[in-house]
Amino acid sequence: MNQLIYYTLHLADNNLILTQRNAAWCGHGPILEQDIAITNITLDLIGQSRNLYQYAAKLINEKNIKLVETETPFSLENEVNEVNEDSLAYLRTEREFKNLLLAEQPNGDWAQTILKQFFYSVYQYLLYEKMQYSKDEQLAGIAAKAIKEVKYHVTWSSEWVIRLGDGTAESKAKMEKAIKELWRYTGEMFVPADYETAMIAAAVAPDVALLKGEWMKKVMEVFSEATISSPFGGDWNETVFMQTGGKNGIHTEQFGYMLTELQYLQRTYPGAAW
Amino acid sequence: MPTQLQNTKEKKELTAIWQLLNEVCDPEVPVLTILDLGIVRDVRSLPQGKQGNEEGFEIIITPTYSGCPAMDAISIDIRFMLLEKGYKNFKITTVLSPAWTTDWMTEEGKEKLKTYGIAPPSHSEKKGEIAVHCPQCNSVNTKLLSQFGSTACKALYQCQDCKEPFDHFKCH
Ligand SMILES: [Zn+2]
Repeated sequence: MNQLIYYTLHLADNNLILTQRNAAWCGHGPILEQDIAITNITLDLIGQSRNLYQYAAKLINEKNIKLVETETPFSLENEVNEVNEDSLAYLRTEREFKNLLLAEQPNGDWAQTILKQFFYSVYQYLLYEKMQYSKDEQLAGIAAKAIKEVKYHVTWSSEWVIRLGDGTAESKAKMEKAIKELWRYTGEMFVPADYETAMIAAAVAPDVALLKGEWMKKVMEVFSEATISSPFGGDWNETVFMQTGGKNGIHTEQFGYMLTELQYLQRTYPGAAW
Repeated sequence: MPTQLQNTKEKKELTAIWQLLNEVCDPEVPVLTILDLGIVRDVRSLPQGKQGNEEGFEIIITPTYSGCPAMDAISIDIRFMLLEKGYKNFKITTVLSPAWTTDWMTEEGKEKLKTYGIAPPSHSEKKGEIAVHCPQCNSVNTKLLSQFGSTACKALYQCQDCKEPFDHFKCH
């Protein structure tokens, strides 16, 4: 049961942390339509993460499980000791977040933001496509709903990678710089954490290792259309050391700063609501 | 009460509730009722409560998009509407599966959208793609400006003939 909770939190955290980054573009997009596009994508992702957090909270409350490091959740009168979607997002500590390192990377410029979204959306699409048939009915339902939304995210982010890669010398240079920055965080997606391995064995989670081939194929198709070749001067698979740790709560340096901002209000004014 | 009579009474009650639900509108596209949108999936009777409460019922709704911010408002609107009409013993349940599709939108709803100036969803995944008509001049000479519009369910188009930009309710 704990493994299912960790797995559900991992899925929810991926979306929440990426949306916290994306939300920083709200009102700052390069043009109005794209500002609206990235915030709409963010809204889809946060909606999906709410569904996942609500499910995780239900599992935690039903089993009366005490997550080791979780602080006491909101002590609202009728909700004492009950975990909910908000306490999971706002009151867990850094080490308890199980999101991919990719999701927490800074936005950088528009190219880096786009590329991050593209890498994640392609992965999320492949993962959820299979998760629709999960033995866990709730996860299957969440995935079946989300996949219709993620399809648009893949299309939109692919188009932008192509537009920048096959654009001017400057836009191409920016896309290549973004690839150099983010490629090292892509390997983690396909290395299962213990809770994933357990859920794969239970036919709840798709096997992430098996998604790698398809993911590479789609990414290379888009890169090829974007006239982008490997900035590492060789084989994409071999030349870069892949960072891991996020799935197990070991994050990159910038994560703490963003989490502080995300949780500031509830930490400062516990239980604040409007 | 004989079962048959009971059933008829129950049926009448449920019909009355469906009619009331058809007066609750979507807060973001107020020309559409929640029945036009197809987000009310079922209304069913609940067995009598423990303390001999009057029989209750359950309303099952489903969100259009995972992150649709209108869902909370819709749920509250349903609650207020029913309380106002004197219903007390009911609950509203949100389900995610099966996932909402624009195929559940009524033909009447699609007409209302068009009159309102929003191009209705023009194809379903089964039927394949049909051109998006301009809601002003009905031209099919229209261009997609952005897959993402003013709300999660809409894309932004422009008519190449009358030049009017417009929202298209995305097929989903
Ligand atoms: Zn027109």
